[in-house]
Amino acid sequence: MTAKKVTGSQALILSLMEEGVDTIFGYPGGAIMPVYDALYDFDKEVKHILTRHEQGAIHGAQGYARVTGKPGIVFATSGPGATNLMTGIADAMIDSTPLVCITGQVAEPLLGTDAFQESDIVGMSIPVTKWNYQITTSEEIPKVIAQAFYIATTGRPGPVLIDVTKDAQFGELEYEYEKCKKIRSYVPETSIDPHQIKAAADLINEAKKPLLFVGQGIIISHAEEEVKTFIEKTGIPAAWTLLGLSALPTDHPLNVGMLGMHGNYGPNKLTNEADLIIAVGMRFDDRVTGKVSEYAKKAKIIHIEIDPAEIDKIVKTDVAVLGDAKKALKMLIDNVNPNNHENWHNEFKKCDAIENEKVIQKDLYPTKPGLTMGEAVRIVSEKTNNEAVLVTDVGQHQMIAQRYFGFKKSRSNVTSGGLGTMGFCLPAAMGAQLGAPDRTVVGIVGDGGFQMTVQELGTIAQNNLPVKIMLLNNNFLGMVRQWQQLFFEKRYSFTELHNPDFITIGKGFGIPGHTVDKREDLDASIKKMLDHDGPYLLEVKIEKEDNVFPMVPTGASVSDVILEP
Amino acid sequence: MRKEYILTVYSENHIGLLTRITNVFTRRKTNIDSLTVSESALQGIYKFTIVIHCTDAMAVKLVSQIEKQIDVLKAFYHTNAEMIFQEIALYKVPIEPIYESDTIETIVRKAGARILEITKDYVVIEKTGHKEDTQALFEELNQFKVMQFIRSGRVAITRDPIERLSEFLKERDAFLTSLD
Repeated sequence: MTAKKVTGSQALILSLMEEGVDTIFGYPGGAIMPVYDALYDFDKEVKHILTRHEQGAIHGAQGYARVTGKPGIVFATSGPGATNLMTGIADAMIDSTPLVCITGQVAEPLLGTDAFQESDIVGMSIPVTKWNYQITTSEEIPKVIAQAFYIATTGRPGPVLIDVTKDAQFGELEYEYEKCKKIRSYVPETSIDPHQIKAAADLINEAKKPLLFVGQGIIISHAEEEVKTFIEKTGIPAAWTLLGLSALPTDHPLNVGMLGMHGNYGPNKLTNEADLIIAVGMRFDDRVTGKVSEYAKKAKIIHIEIDPAEIDKIVKTDVAVLGDAKKALKMLIDNVNPNNHENWHNEFKKCDAIENEKVIQKDLYPTKPGLTMGEAVRIVSEKTNNEAVLVTDVGQHQMIAQRYFGFKKSRSNVTSGGLGTMGFCLPAAMGAQLGAPDRTVVGIVGDGGFQMTVQELGTIAQNNLPVKIMLLNNNFLGMVRQWQQLFFEKRYSFTELHNPDFITIGKGFGIPGHTVDKREDLDASIKKMLDHDGPYLLEVKIEKEDNVFPMVPTGASVSDVILEP
Repeated sequence: MRKEYILTVYSENHIGLLTRITNVFTRRKTNIDSLTVSESALQGIYKFTIVIHCTDAMAVKLVSQIEKQIDVLKAFYHTNAEMIFQEIALYKVPIEPIYESDTIETIVRKAGARILEITKDYVVIEKTGHKEDTQALFEELNQFKVMQFIRSGRVAITRDPIERLSEFLKERDAFLTSLD
């Protein structure tokens, strides 16, 4: 390739083109204006989504990344533009979402002078980025952008932030692009040790009560088929983490449900009965393990994981298989014996029957007057034939949606897991729709989280993104209220919301919608939302003080999961 | 059980990496007792020597979290027994009381210290050793009212006959070549 003379800003955009970028989420401002000027000439090649707030841009990029598997791209200016990205960067870090964030910065001679809109975003973002770097000369741009993509997308993915000073954007360089294929100090994945595979296979072949955990690593490494083949051959029941959801079809006979605080009764209860846990691409989050000192004490642990720092971080591993989940499962499949574990499955069935009677029927087919979150979620899932992309916010509605929404296809569940970021849903749903334009994207959100990023209704309207927003409104910060009820003697300290007329707000942004508060209208209302050509806001007025069960109370063991208050 | 560990970290020389590494400790509320950074025997590779008090389990986790940083090549942890280590201390002592005392020769000789500079106002004495040794000399010299005292961070070398860094770099080179 012959070099050509371009400005730093042009080099930046050309570099993004080389990496196959088709969508950018961003918000312009003084220190990134040269980049936006260069972008002006590329409006046919790349779609730029102007959000209403930088937090909307980064959550949009996260939604895009989670449904496509490609890195989400974010532009923001210096100072407040950059600091407004922080929540999203932290969210992407803990949920292993690949992002490349480009922030403008004041010109190099002004660094450290408290210049207008100067903030030390590189210093600030160190703990929440996989890597970050400040570019102060134009010549660095192609190489650093190439490294940013390589680091964000390989190994355990994560957010990368590149801060570009304004003079580096203006300066000229001889542009040549070469994709990054290696970095001396960074090994994204280790090759799998066959001895570890053998050791794992031996444990699997001996186990009487094995249980497999499906983490997001399955989705990231495209191991959906391998995990299915593996469990079908071995007959091992599979439970999933919040971010592992949709890797395995909901109706797969070996899918035994969700782990963790509001997961299913069986997988929680029986984690402490299992004699072997095979954890794939997951990190034993405290919401999954409950009290660690009483966690899976009868089980040997096999941990298949790409990030060496996760091994033994929370739970002591008996066999650690370091490397890519897809490759590890492929190797394991050849080394394990066929089995069906019928008796063990019967224990799950017994638990399922208990949960079904005590919780699920009441949630999904209630007979009490007030609408439940569960029935609304069930109807959306049924009417979309379990084929929609589900995007959720954080709180009660999130747990209910994760529990009851059905999936046929991987990369269909977008939620804020590790960080638990309220306000995630609306912009993430917008990004998911851009990443999956041919799919139905349903954003299920609570009245609290909706109001944290409500301005993105403007972005959805401007781009006519047909996102279906189902707002489950109980006029409460429901999850906090539930804890106050259960653990703080019903002292409802600042959790009740006096809410606006949401439908009027939607209409103000040009998004039609209506409210439903009667069971007999719910089905038709959801149909109306889904059938609408374009974005739609459905407000479902739900029972004010419903709770999410089952629940593993904080600090309790997973086997102490409770089904009712 | 908490005890003293020496962590050695080999890294690229990138701006911000020091913060990235110290953040690993900050996040886990682990105090750094001493920190020394300088270029290693290999050009372009920097070596951090970090002294901390923690449990064995924490030392393992800290090392894996440090290694996870993109610009870090390799990190190790060692007990004191596994390493030869030294610190250097400088003492600035006023000349007058020394002149009036007859003990300075004994003190310097006994401590294996040496004198770097003498002026009409002060003497600068240097001593290398473990913290206890440099501290003991400070206590002793303080009878003359030490004007300034500074102790460096620790530098350390492994007792292990196998050079783990060289082994590691050989493996890493082979890996990087395999990517071509």
